Amino acid sequence: MRRAFIAISLLAAALAVTAGASGKSSAAVAIPGCATDSLKLVSAGTLTVGTDNPAYGPWFGGGEIKGSKWKINDPATGKGYESAVAYEVAKRLGFAKSELKWVAVPFNTSFRPGKKNFDFFVNQVSYTPQRAKNVTFSASYYNVNQAVVGVKGKPIATARSKADLRGYELGVQIGTTSYDYIVKNIKPTSKPAVYDTNNDAVTALKNGQIDGIVVDLPTAFYVTAVQVENGTIVGQFLSVGSQERFGLVFQKGNSLAGCVNKALTRMRADGTLKRLQTQWLSKATGARVLQ
Amino acid sequence: MAVVSTIVFLAVLVLLVVNSPGWEDVKRQFFDWAEFREALPEILSAFGTNVRIFCIAEVFILVFALVLAVLRSLPGPVFFPLRALAIVYADLFRGIPTILVIYILGFGVPALQLSGVPTSELFWGTVGLVLVYSAYVSEVYRAGIESVHPSQEAAARSLGLSRTQSLRYVILPQAVRRVIPPLLNDFIGLQKDTALIALLGVVEAFRQSQIDVAATFNYTPYLATALLFVLITIPLARFTDWLVARDRRRSQAARLAG
Repeated sequence: MRRAFIAISLLAAALAVTAGASGKSSAAVAIPGCATDSLKLVSAGTLTVGTDNPAYGPWFGGGEIKGSKWKINDPATGKGYESAVAYEVAKRLGFAKSELKWVAVPFNTSFRPGKKNFDFFVNQVSYTPQRAKNVTFSASYYNVNQAVVGVKGKPIATARSKADLRGYELGVQIGTTSYDYIVKNIKPTSKPAVYDTNNDAVTALKNGQIDGIVVDLPTAFYVTAVQVENGTIVGQFLSVGSQERFGLVFQKGNSLAGCVNKALTRMRADGTLKRLQTQWLSKATGARVLQ
Repeated sequence: MAVVSTIVFLAVLVLLVVNSPGWEDVKRQFFDWAEFREALPEILSAFGTNVRIFCIAEVFILVFALVLAVLRSLPGPVFFPLRALAIVYADLFRGIPTILVIYILGFGVPALQLSGVPTSELFWGTVGLVLVYSAYVSEVYRAGIESVHPSQEAAARSLGLSRTQSLRYVILPQAVRRVIPPLLNDFIGLQKDTALIALLGVVEAFRQSQIDVAATFNYTPYLATALLFVLITIPLARFTDWLVARDRRRSQAARLAG
């Protein structure tokens, strides 16, 4: 009886400890050496995350919030893949949801020299060794393939290989690895048209000024579903050389990247990244592969 | 003394920049010689597009602007509608930012899906530049035409020249010669604005350097492009100076001879 009583009180104590820990969830899963107050942050106590405005799907979701400056989607909703990844990283580092602040940062200013106004930037930025000379990248949070979008019924829609695409006029957003992919691997006979924004490329496609646009596969699904009537994914390409991957962008040498990488490693190991991909990018698989 | 003060001034400026806290970052991201050498050949070949746009646009601007200026100088109430049209045109196209004209034409007109109307970005971008710069240049021409003393036309008419003939042989030759420096000034502006056509997807020098910058996150290619634009502008500026100097010499010689 006494023994049973001890056992019960031990159980109760254990329960109390667990309850206490879950109340302060960060303590239970804390990453060693990455306590929130030891991190080098742009503004103390807050994780400041940058992305471009408008925030497009499927990377961001939830739509516009009245009174918010964010267009198309508000990243603070936590919806969409990149928003979900950012909040999950923040949680693993011990930040509450309200302690993550979003700032609008155009892609082109994300890598300029000098002090940055964000702790990290999340905007489908692909890792390249040259870029890594000027900023610090996190580990991959998404391994990405490029894809080509055309219009149904046009000749380009029947292309079945990279060689078939060579004769078409392709368009692409500036600063994307999609451009590199066209120039290095598709090698079209005419130079690709290069636009400031993906929207401009989509407009040119709709106008018939170009035959197709090259974007990453999840964006291709978004473009065909939302932006281009009769748009069709002609196919996706596998990475040539090392697998293309998206990384979070940090100020060069920022020690915060180490802690974020530990969080990403855990998210990969426990299946969280996979789960978020299934949740937000599930439609973005299964396009025909163009060899 | 001028040499010494210039050297000291430049030395202070250089020291200030080199010792600024961000200099190392700026040096790495803006003054990377290897990056410069790698980017230059492609930017140079893309710059050919700028030169082509510029040369084609310039010819159309010179002609179109002259027509506008002559329309605006037509006397008498009969020609009021034409004068009004020229005025509205100049107001409109000097008022709208060039970047918007190019955007609206380049993406708007092809969206109409009219058969027979070109959809080429290069075409509509160049048309945009011609429309905007013709408005500026027509005002320059007009200033030249109005600077020719009315007695010149009166003299020409009294010799039996028709209105058109006196415009063609007496007024315009004097007017155009007077406005050559401001004309060339506008063309320097035009040379630089050819970079705006990049908005429509055309890969010219600026867009090529943007592509290189985005690929490497290194800004050195922008400096290469800036250098090319400066290099092509300087000869034009010196040529303008030379023209003005020659004109002054000639008019002085004429005065002395007279």
